[in-house]
Amino acid sequence: MKVKEILTEKEGGKLFLLGNEAAVRGALEGGVSLVSTYPGTPSSEIGNVFYKIAQDAGVYFEFSSNEKVALEVSTAAASSGLRSFVFMKHVGLNVAADSFMSAVYTGVRGGMIVLSADDPSMYSSQNEQDNRIMARLAGIPLLEPSNPQEVKDQMKYGFELSEKFEIPVLMRTTTRISHMRGIVNLGPVVKGKEKGFFKKDSSRYVVIPANVIKLRKRLMEKLAKVKEIANNSPLNRLIDKGGRELGIITSGGAFNYVMDVVSENNLKVKILKLALSHPFPEEMVLDFIKSVNSILVVEEVEPVMENEVLAIIGKYNLRKKVYGKLDGTLPRIYEFNPDIISKGMAKIIDKISIKEEKFSTKLPLPLRPPVLCPGCPHRATYFALKKAIKKLKLKEEDIIYSSDIGCYALALQPPYKMADYCLSMGSSLGIGCGFAKATNQKVISFIGDSTFFHAGMPGLANAIHNKDKILLVVLDNRITAMTGGQTNPGVPIDGMGNPAPQVSIEGIAKGAGAEFVKTVDPFNLKKTEEIFKEALQFEDLAVIISKQPCAMLTDAKNRKKGINIKYTINQEKCIKCLICVKNFTCPAIFIEKDNGSVHINSLLCDGCGVCAQVCPKKAIEVKK
Amino acid sequence: MKNIYSIHLIGIGGQGTIKASTIVGDAAMKKGLNVVMSEVHGMAQRGGTVITELKIGDVYSPLIEETNADLLLAFEPAEALRALSKVNKDTFIIVNSTPIIPFTVSLGISEYPDMSLILEELKSKIKKLLVIDAEKIALKAGNIISSNIVILGAAAATPNFPVSKDLIIQSMKENLPPKSIETNLKAFEMGFKEVIK
Repeated sequence: MKVKEILTEKEGGKLFLLGNEAAVRGALEGGVSLVSTYPGTPSSEIGNVFYKIAQDAGVYFEFSSNEKVALEVSTAAASSGLRSFVFMKHVGLNVAADSFMSAVYTGVRGGMIVLSADDPSMYSSQNEQDNRIMARLAGIPLLEPSNPQEVKDQMKYGFELSEKFEIPVLMRTTTRISHMRGIVNLGPVVKGKEKGFFKKDSSRYVVIPANVIKLRKRLMEKLAKVKEIANNSPLNRLIDKGGRELGIITSGGAFNYVMDVVSENNLKVKILKLALSHPFPEEMVLDFIKSVNSILVVEEVEPVMENEVLAIIGKYNLRKKVYGKLDGTLPRIYEFNPDIISKGMAKIIDKISIKEEKFSTKLPLPLRPPVLCPGCPHRATYFALKKAIKKLKLKEEDIIYSSDIGCYALALQPPYKMADYCLSMGSSLGIGCGFAKATNQKVISFIGDSTFFHAGMPGLANAIHNKDKILLVVLDNRITAMTGGQTNPGVPIDGMGNPAPQVSIEGIAKGAGAEFVKTVDPFNLKKTEEIFKEALQFEDLAVIISKQPCAMLTDAKNRKKGINIKYTINQEKCIKCLICVKNFTCPAIFIEKDNGSVHINSLLCDGCGVCAQVCPKKAIEVKK
Repeated sequence: MKNIYSIHLIGIGGQGTIKASTIVGDAAMKKGLNVVMSEVHGMAQRGGTVITELKIGDVYSPLIEETNADLLLAFEPAEALRALSKVNKDTFIIVNSTPIIPFTVSLGISEYPDMSLILEELKSKIKKLLVIDAEKIALKAGNIISSNIVILGAAAATPNFPVSKDLIIQSMKENLPPKSIETNLKAFEMGFKEVIK
């Protein structure tokens, strides 16, 4: 399948789509006009697809500078009568939360969907928060699809629901839905309106106390109506396998595991699958509870529906046993899989067969933590900085490395160990300011270009204004790299591939009042080290912008030009000092097990040539 | 029951595991079968273990139950051991013989087992094991990058593989860049012959 087919494949056709790709098709079938995001895994591929097709689809798409801005852009569009779609990873909704909470009060005119991709088991995230709780906090209708087909269908439905009740709708996926591929039957793509018109109504769109006191009441009225819909919605459906001993209430990805375990063991149970799950369909669930002897709630991650079920049982004074996370039948944390569900259900159902013993090995397995890629400019930046620190005889324990969200946080691993603290997008600066005030240690803050635009600028203003003498290193690799390479305000291309003005990080730092602002090319190790030395000795806040494109970008460029440089180690010159292995540590360089000689894996080598600068004997050469 | 065929693919980021399984999934769809697949993106992009699971048939969840894999495609030898909990004695295993040694081994903070021990361990547990040097074969076909397609070719030749060679080839043509298709078809055929020979 080619990406363009997500747009061009006709009604009646079918595609093997990723959940994230299905979200794009759903938005297109729903007549979306404007789409915005800040990239974040597991939602990133939605943006990557829009980047490629938005122009042809006649849809406006942007990578906004952060999730809050993205949400505001989409909210304004929907307030103008357009259908809009904003998506982000679960923690992105924290960034957007301030406006998100109010946008639910003001409501919208065109349909608006906010998609939050949660990350159970934290494959690529800093926490495991369950944004179904955010839906309850905000008071927003919630959709929970279970597979790519449902993602697509519920996107379309979400627009209708949103428009009918003039309220944004939250769609919650999880990693296993966003990154699940399945067959999707397609409907027609509908062209959205080109432009909207904003009809003024300050009593609704200006959230001063006198207005919100009324809007709050109206929100409750809207939710009561959506609850009626939920109670009768075909999205919330009963699957009756016979028997009334056990009823299972489930949603999202957990539904899939339940279905497979039930079918594998031929269980006679009733299953209530909820997809329009907030407002919680109380009447429907009450009927279900009454129809069975006991209930098992299977959901990822928090016991959200389980608490709702317990509340209903309490409210109606029923006597039913509820199994789930709260009684330990199922684990409270991490994502589920079919084996976890089997084991949990075996505690309450005798019939379930537990697997024969599984194979395992006693051999040691190599650890493969994610690493900075071969050719990654960050490695060069860290190497040069480390050398400057050594030359100035600064002690490691006297330095605090305040890192941030991005590939560069991988420097926490040996041999660099240059990430001591990292909380959230942009935190390197605020945390750095705090350490500068609270300790006498030298603070070095690291932040990427995209993260700087996202949430770093307020921290920089704070550091300058409050006279915090930190060294700020902006690792500018000309892209939002960790999420797969999206554009940001610092690059000359926008979210639809068109030329765009570049916002200058150097200009921002200087304009904010930083006196020491220098840009370096980390691939020139010597020069970079010199400037780091200067910066480390500077008496005030210093900003270094270490600028060199991400290896992925350089790769793509080189492929186009037919450039394919590899390096090799001249075994006659190599003295096995191992500086390239132990201090520089590029994943392409390895030690031969049998004789201890050092080699470069040419499949992995990126040809950046920085290792050749590191070698004291000039033994690393271009491969001929 | 069990009208389900499960394929577990394990490799290192950048080896093309996701592409290989997408081709199979797409082919299964073309055959009119239900198919679901799970893939990993993000942090593990390069250097980390990448797992892809594919289930064809009457299923909902894309995750394979322990011991239930019908076919294991290990793109790296030590990674085959990491997937042991998913296989049983009748699982067909195809292992690429080229090891990728992570930096943790060079730094001495983890160990890479001897190749002979890895194979011994697999042979002691599994009846149907095929070890191939996918990189070498891919190089012969024209480009080392096609090693994933060599493994795909071998997979397509295993008994009980649920989709025909023709459908896989059709799917390859639709999922791979036209520029590389000739080399990839060659790599596929050479991989296919590794099982048949």
